[in-house]
Amino acid sequence: MIAALLAIAGQTARLQLRSGGGALVGLVFFLAVVVIIPFGVGPDLNLLSRIGPAILWIAALLATLLGLDRLFQDDRVDGSLDLLHLSGHPLELIVLAKAAGHWLATGLPLVVAAPFLGLLLAIEPLALGAVTLTLLAGTPALTLVGTVGAALTTALGRGGLLIAVLVLPFAIPVLIFGVSAAASVIVGPAPFLPPFLILVALSLISAVVAAVAGAAALRAGLD
Amino acid sequence: MPIRDLANPTRFLAFSGRLLPWLWAASAVGLAVGLYLGLYVAPADFKQGDMVRIMFIHVPFAWLSMACYGVMAIAALGTLVWRHPLADVLQKSAAPIGAAFTFLALVTGSLWGKPTWGTYWVWDARLTSVLILFIIYLGLIALWQAVEDPGKAARAAAILTLVGTVNLPIIKFSVDWWNTLHQPASVFRLDGPTIDPSMLWPLLIMALAMTILFAALLVMAMRNEILRRRVRAMQIVAAGG
Amino acid sequence: MAGFRLIAEALSGRRGGRTVFEGLAFAAGPGEVLAVTGPNGAGKSTLLRIVAGLLAPASGKVALEPTPEAGIGTAVHYLGHQEALKPSFTIAENLGFWRRLYAGTGDIEDAVEDVGLGGLSHLPVATLSAGQKRRVAIARLLVATRPVWLLDEPATALDAAAEAMLGGLIDRHCAGGGLVMAAIHRPLPVEPTATIALGRVSP
Repeated sequence: MIAALLAIAGQTARLQLRSGGGALVGLVFFLAVVVIIPFGVGPDLNLLSRIGPAILWIAALLATLLGLDRLFQDDRVDGSLDLLHLSGHPLELIVLAKAAGHWLATGLPLVVAAPFLGLLLAIEPLALGAVTLTLLAGTPALTLVGTVGAALTTALGRGGLLIAVLVLPFAIPVLIFGVSAAASVIVGPAPFLPPFLILVALSLISAVVAAVAGAAALRAGLD
Repeated sequence: MPIRDLANPTRFLAFSGRLLPWLWAASAVGLAVGLYLGLYVAPADFKQGDMVRIMFIHVPFAWLSMACYGVMAIAALGTLVWRHPLADVLQKSAAPIGAAFTFLALVTGSLWGKPTWGTYWVWDARLTSVLILFIIYLGLIALWQAVEDPGKAARAAAILTLVGTVNLPIIKFSVDWWNTLHQPASVFRLDGPTIDPSMLWPLLIMALAMTILFAALLVMAMRNEILRRRVRAMQIVAAGG
Repeated sequence: MAGFRLIAEALSGRRGGRTVFEGLAFAAGPGEVLAVTGPNGAGKSTLLRIVAGLLAPASGKVALEPTPEAGIGTAVHYLGHQEALKPSFTIAENLGFWRRLYAGTGDIEDAVEDVGLGGLSHLPVATLSAGQKRRVAIARLLVATRPVWLLDEPATALDAAAEAMLGGLIDRHCAGGGLVMAAIHRPLPVEPTATIALGRVSP
């Protein structure tokens, strides 16, 4: 069972890294969104350093959601999804394994890149550490919430922007606590820990919800 | 040897194999001499002190980040107008090298900026336009990865490359058009260089050595790409047999 | 894998809101080859997917007895219209993935050899022809042992030699106590022990 789930996670991650430039495109998109924003709000470094954590979080949110539409779609088109159903392993755990593999290949690189992009936004070193930590704790929640959307849109045979529209409202709590934990380090006086712990809790809850809801959506999509 | 023969991939492999050791040797000697002159012989700047020495690698990186794009734009014309496979290979091989040089230009510039401007990064015209050049490089790499058929990918990348050339003059003249933190051109000017000869010579030697290094890396990457395509062709033949 | 029976009673299947077959009953055990025939749209694929547990029957039931602990799916190899192969992975990587997932014990090189692709397991699937991909999909049946093979038009894109090879593998599977149920247009290279004809009154 463990071996099978590791195989699914590994295959998902390697597919992202190897073919179609999936993981790389997500990273470049993340960079591009961060670079675009100073054109909109102006190059004032004081302003940028204040809203920097929010910029990084929104860019990470968009990069995560837009990269998810093919998570189950490819498996459905090439027939792998049917065979995954027949593997005898609980579909809930298969969904979690696929989400984990996807996060390793697309979410983790965003977390690693965040400190470097933070330099562009003149975020202070301490705040930079805080943002990176919140992204590490929070991007799994984004991927997991997006997984439900990916399962739903796969069942419906649609993809692309629909998944972002479906999932964005559910990503708002993650965004709120992620940004507020990071911002507490910059502007104070609220402590860092409470929102950060809520963020961790959100990731854990998302894992449960994504497993159950994602599996239900995939079962409903069988035809 | 006429240039047309070089465009044959097999001849290119043979010729570049003989050329490469010379390129490596020339760039190694050039870099050694340039770094010695730049780090030990050239005087420290009276305002910036020893910090100015980062210029000897920063400026060549920055020049090459743009020169590489120019090479890619010419190769793009080769792909679209003459439909030459070697132009495709050149385009594909140059993109990651260009991205690497651009990245190094950004990193060395930002390390230089911290002590002189007090910050690693400012959103000024020169820096921002180079950052956009970096993103264009990454986009091209992603495009190459996303499309399976190399011929189709080459034409798509060529069109994008040519569209992206509008960024080059913006980078070059951004320091003149907008009043920015980045210092204006001091070498390539109509009225002659304003930089002191004691710094100009090491800089020019470094630039030449880096250009040769760039050429060596590019030739290596092109050889790899040609061989990679042959491996793929042989795999298809093997599968058919 | 001896001593099981696949039993269907009063089975009806719907596809796209239309009943494609009803009142179907059949039973089969180890060593048998069930051929499912009928014109396009008669519900051959639907029947196979219902047996695999990928679709719920409109009415009636189909069961494997004794029922496997984790459902009928764990006793079934399903070969559908798609090959379920990742183009950027090699043949060995693709088969290795399903072998791990299905907790199989078969040797990958042997399976590749059996479908006539010996020595090619290091090639990416993207370089293969349609018939070769079909062969890799058939090799997947061999890397993990499962008693029931559900084959949906298995001979699609196969040449005469590959069809004969498929016949040999089906024979071997049945001789080892397996059951094969195949939806077909052209006759299989092996003689079926029973035929389920859809789209008209079953004999």
